[in-house]
Amino acid sequence: MSLRGRTAIAGLGITEQGKVYGRTPLAFAAEAVRLALDDAGLTRADVDGLLVNPGLSWGDLGMASFQLQQAMGLRDLRLTSSMNSGGATAASMIQYAALAIASGQCRAVACVFSDAPLKPPRPAGEAKGGGGSAGAYAFGRGLDAAYGQFGVNAMYAMVAQRHMHRYGTTNEHLGAIAVAERQWANRNPAAQFHDTPMTLADYHRSRWVVEPFHLFDCCLVSNGGLAVIVTSAERARDLRRPPVYLLGMGQGHPGGDPVETLTSGAPLAKEAAFAMAGVALADIDVAELYDCYTFTVLVTLEDYGFCAKGEGGPFVAGGGIAPGGALPVNTGGGQLSAFYMWGMTPISEAVIQLRGDGGARQVADARVALVSGNGGILSTHATLVLATQC
Amino acid sequence: MSTPAAGKPIPAITPEMRPFFEGARRHELRVQRCRGCGALRFPARALCSACLSTDSEWIAVSGRGEIYSFNVMHQVYHPGFAAEVPYTVVLVQLAEGPRMISNLVGIDAHAVRVGMPVRVVFETLSDEVTLPKFTPA
Repeated sequence: MSLRGRTAIAGLGITEQGKVYGRTPLAFAAEAVRLALDDAGLTRADVDGLLVNPGLSWGDLGMASFQLQQAMGLRDLRLTSSMNSGGATAASMIQYAALAIASGQCRAVACVFSDAPLKPPRPAGEAKGGGGSAGAYAFGRGLDAAYGQFGVNAMYAMVAQRHMHRYGTTNEHLGAIAVAERQWANRNPAAQFHDTPMTLADYHRSRWVVEPFHLFDCCLVSNGGLAVIVTSAERARDLRRPPVYLLGMGQGHPGGDPVETLTSGAPLAKEAAFAMAGVALADIDVAELYDCYTFTVLVTLEDYGFCAKGEGGPFVAGGGIAPGGALPVNTGGGQLSAFYMWGMTPISEAVIQLRGDGGARQVADARVALVSGNGGILSTHATLVLATQC
Repeated sequence: MSTPAAGKPIPAITPEMRPFFEGARRHELRVQRCRGCGALRFPARALCSACLSTDSEWIAVSGRGEIYSFNVMHQVYHPGFAAEVPYTVVLVQLAEGPRMISNLVGIDAHAVRVGMPVRVVFETLSDEVTLPKFTPA
């Protein structure tokens, strides 16, 4: 039994994003769910499923979903869990919600991510290192740390360098992605880098974090929360906002060595998602791709087949993914220039585009959106195909 | 892993990795070999991902290899590296198979290239810990 078009995203809640201090991740999560319910025209009494992807700053309290349930006074849930498959979690949560709804287990599932890793600025004398990039998260440990290999930036940099060696990818190519996303962000009032133009020269001038990554190759760090409400297609049609139908979904977790394969889980996830949706690449009007790095966008474009493997660089070099380009990608500025909500960012932008709420960044006639989530070091992947009609 | 205030992180000698560090102290580069299927692996793992056998041993390898990939670290993640940035971290493809994170010594950071042939050298950090590094072959 196909789930094509049987469920929909009916509510979207986005808190203030970025340098928003003094709120806990739990508070951001509760606010995001409340906003999503208001958006849908539902109340908390309608929610019978709650899936939570807690960010790094939730702390070691465990059971984030139970904490949020208590905080929001939700009663008699039929489904709840805290989940983490890295950057693929957000799109995966939508999939589990859809499965629960299509099978009759639930009627409305709230899916939420929140995080608050940014701290208020310290006096200048105390400031050191870090800041402004995902490099703020240092995962260095053991033997790798003895060699100075710290953090996800460093691991992705190894993969990117190998891609450069094998396929001739350059910083010009990566910079084209950063610039394109910034152009989109400049049209998005909610973006952390709204009204902050960036040229390719600016990109090259930005400091190195870990070569081959400049600062502007790395995603933002953001405080905030983001939630969506998933419900049945029938019910969504009676609610406040236009339904955003889930046409197809899939996951792919390759398990190999990404430095060797230079490939994400997208091919596997795409196969299932596109088959369920009954779409082809030519049907995609907007692509909202997980962008922890510019490089991730490049690899993801290749892995979905928008260009041949290894051709991601030339594909993006001409501005084809920027405003006015043939394939609008990360139309709100993405996680590089808008805000970093771990995969909820691309989902939210797809909903905004398909509802026609994009304002200055709205893509004309956006009817079908591709959403990707990517986690680990190209090691987890989830795909959604969302649409205005089913 | 301990982190001396001024120095670099010293890797912990875990029970799984002890044979590696014992070898390094004698200037011998060791990797794990599965007794079930013969596959080599590094770093230490409790079981072989090729055949799932938990029976393994440590063997010496040639210490020869080539640069598979690398990065150049500019951001300071640990005070022990503050004086060295930018420094290069390399991923070495050992001639025998496994790949290994390390540093390249005896060459300017920006002269590193993928495919460059390298050989192991050893840097003594303490009585217990000697760290294998690599230099152009």
